[in-house]
Amino acid sequence: MTKIPPQATRRPPVGLVLLGAVPAALVILPIAITVADAVTAGAARMLALVWRPLVGDLLINTVTLTLAAAICCVGLGTASALLVERTDLPARSVWAVLATAPLAVPAFVASYAWVSISPALEGFGGALVVTVFAYTPLVYLPVAAALRGLDPALEDAARALGDTPWRCVRRVVLPQLRPAMLGGALLVTLNIMVEFGAFALMRFRTFTTEIYAAYRSGFDGAEAAALAIILLLFCLGCIAAEALLRRPVHYARIGRGTQRRGVPYALGVWRLPAVLGFAALAGLSLGVPILTVLYWLTRHGADAITPAEASPLALLTAAISTIELGLGAAGLTLILALPLAVLSARWQRFSLTMPLERGAWLAQGVPGIVIALALITATIAAVPALYQSTLLLLLAYAMLFMPFALVAMRAALLQSDRRLEEAAKSLGAGWRRVLWRITLPLAAPGFGAAAALVFMAVTTELTATLLLAPIGTETLATRIWGDTSTLAFAAAAPYAAVLITLSMAASWLLARRFGMAALHAQAGG
Amino acid sequence: MNYFALSRRFGRSLVSPTLVGAFAVGALLAGGTASARAKTVLTLYSAQHPQVVGMLTKAFTAKTGIPVRVHSGEGPEIANQIVREGKRSPADVVFVENSPELTLLDQLHLLAPVAQATLAVVPATDSAANGDWLGVLERQNVLAWNPKLIRQAALPPHLRDLALPAWRGKIAIAPSDADFLPLVGAMIHAKGKAKTLAWLRGLKRNAKIYQDDESVVAAVNRGSVATGIINNYYWARLRTEMGPARTPSRIAHFAPQDVGNLINVSGAGVLASSKHKDAAQQFLAFLVSTVAQRDLAASTVDYEYPLRPGVAPNPLLDPMASLHPPAIAPVDLGNDRAAAALLQQAGLI
Repeated sequence: MTKIPPQATRRPPVGLVLLGAVPAALVILPIAITVADAVTAGAARMLALVWRPLVGDLLINTVTLTLAAAICCVGLGTASALLVERTDLPARSVWAVLATAPLAVPAFVASYAWVSISPALEGFGGALVVTVFAYTPLVYLPVAAALRGLDPALEDAARALGDTPWRCVRRVVLPQLRPAMLGGALLVTLNIMVEFGAFALMRFRTFTTEIYAAYRSGFDGAEAAALAIILLLFCLGCIAAEALLRRPVHYARIGRGTQRRGVPYALGVWRLPAVLGFAALAGLSLGVPILTVLYWLTRHGADAITPAEASPLALLTAAISTIELGLGAAGLTLILALPLAVLSARWQRFSLTMPLERGAWLAQGVPGIVIALALITATIAAVPALYQSTLLLLLAYAMLFMPFALVAMRAALLQSDRRLEEAAKSLGAGWRRVLWRITLPLAAPGFGAAAALVFMAVTTELTATLLLAPIGTETLATRIWGDTSTLAFAAAAPYAAVLITLSMAASWLLARRFGMAALHAQAGG
Repeated sequence: MNYFALSRRFGRSLVSPTLVGAFAVGALLAGGTASARAKTVLTLYSAQHPQVVGMLTKAFTAKTGIPVRVHSGEGPEIANQIVREGKRSPADVVFVENSPELTLLDQLHLLAPVAQATLAVVPATDSAANGDWLGVLERQNVLAWNPKLIRQAALPPHLRDLALPAWRGKIAIAPSDADFLPLVGAMIHAKGKAKTLAWLRGLKRNAKIYQDDESVVAAVNRGSVATGIINNYYWARLRTEMGPARTPSRIAHFAPQDVGNLINVSGAGVLASSKHKDAAQQFLAFLVSTVAQRDLAASTVDYEYPLRPGVAPNPLLDPMASLHPPAIAPVDLGNDRAAAALLQQAGLI
């Protein structure tokens, strides 16, 4: 007699738990190496390195930029979400796409575009412009989602009691959006913390750019570790705050039922200004990077300041390397994420599932530069065979983008009916056979999406690629970086054009198949 | 993040399962490229400008048939990387823009002696005293200035003057550029550590900070700042790119023999751990060959002074006789460590 005892589903196989611990271990590894570097240096030296003028400057830079950018992003993101979701703005579906599309333009490419228009944009102003236009979608997406979930009954009551539309938005709608706005602001903050390329090109000094500068000045031990630890504390703090926020928020509405949509507010005389304002936002966030790249495409590549020969062959080689690395990383990440995804979808109540998942999520708060430097330290010291290898770079990508894979894979596994697996087991199939014949085929679409998310993230990744790419490997991102950091804007243009096209095409495919939420996950790193 | 919404979307979607297959194939492809390294190739760790190295390696491969793969980075980064890699370093040749990085490697016994015949080509004072690295090219520290913002007569006679309060907001520097370290090393040699630190603190108060010399010279040229400390070739490259009409900025030298007129030597060495020492020595010999030195002098991408006697520098450069460098030899500059520590103490890096 075959039966499935309930306990069997609550206690996963030991092997699965061990493999499921790999993603968390991969996140802990760079953090541990960084801490070890700091410990080796000793408390006195660390204190001296943390308590120095540069760190003060960096703190001021980071805090002022984060505050200014978060305020601007929340303002613009909330306004555009309100316009798209709750007003009679014409062509709202077009605006909805334009509001999220900037996510497909990597921030360092936008930075390249702005700084090539006028070097006067360097510094705080330029950094603010780039971050605001690049990260406003991070506020727009959660606020728009929250707006769609609002119960219009409260607004009806307010209006019936005599509130004007403006007053109703201010007193009834906006307060309910607070969690979404705050969550978006935290995402903006986290993205600013881990961003490197955009600020380096704008000559705006933050922790990531100075960690890189320390590395380039030959200091990659204690000096880099001191800055990295401060940065890690900030990032992990953001993650923790975001996790707290993401806990279920109780809206007044009870039961899901079929939801009624709120009546759109009539813009009236504000229609034209709203359209013009939205068009300006789209123009600045999308039009500027794209048109600038197109402009530079028509210019000659200057010999004097072009780092490397720009040729169709070099462009093709860089594009192929980028795609190969993207595919390789997607494959590796999915393989490493699978056990944890199975664990979290099939053994949700197992005591270790939640901590292992949370551990893997921390990856979002570990900047690429910290991971890259830690991997260099570790491989030189312990695994010289991996040093400067493609595999090491792929591993770094897997560390960085594991959360993307996990969220999509877990969802796919939850959707595929586990009773089919149990039926197969009861008919005598072993776990390998069940995995291969039932679980994987059912989850394949979601896994495809997971792979696509990782692929997109890898193609636009700069920091880890810059530090870990094997000798002779150039990607689109490193080419743009190399040319732009020596002011060879025209030489960078073909690479930027291909990169934006690749990223836009992939985003468009993802968004078409999975909706805007897919883009949202992509922006989370 | 709205992962809940995301989960629902993913569940409902349909992507061809072949996509997963494609990614698996991609993984194999990416893994495969790493293993294609059977042939003997020379590995060059370079902190020279990539376009210069591209030109040189191409010519070298055409002449000898030996392919060269290049790893690029900043000088101190490259040097530090070799120090950490130690005997396992894959590098055969190191080619950097500033001699202190080579001094550091030599002090740690990581360099093999350069062939005597090669050393004999360039002046002995421009290479390592013990013959462990070779001087290839040189250039000078200068002050870029913008006539719209400052009169020539108001330019400082001495590098140390730039720390005076009068210069607040009128000077641009790039302290994290590898070219800045030798200048600090020279200051330490000339004035001692305490005075150098005071000077750096003054600079920190006065200067607009940029990431590299390229940005400094561009900022001076467009009028963002009156003056900037650079190596002369950045100005020449900017002028080539912008044309004389769009290059209002000029360059000035400090008073004769002032530390500010320091000459930086670009040099190369063969790694003691190299498994291709013959090819590496050939590469060094090629760097100072008449052909290579003439190409370098004629090119619009380098603008350094060739060290091989008899090869004339690019006409855009001031003649060697007008440079009046201080009497500071490469060996006096130290190995960058002291300079970097002072920069850190002053809060510049």
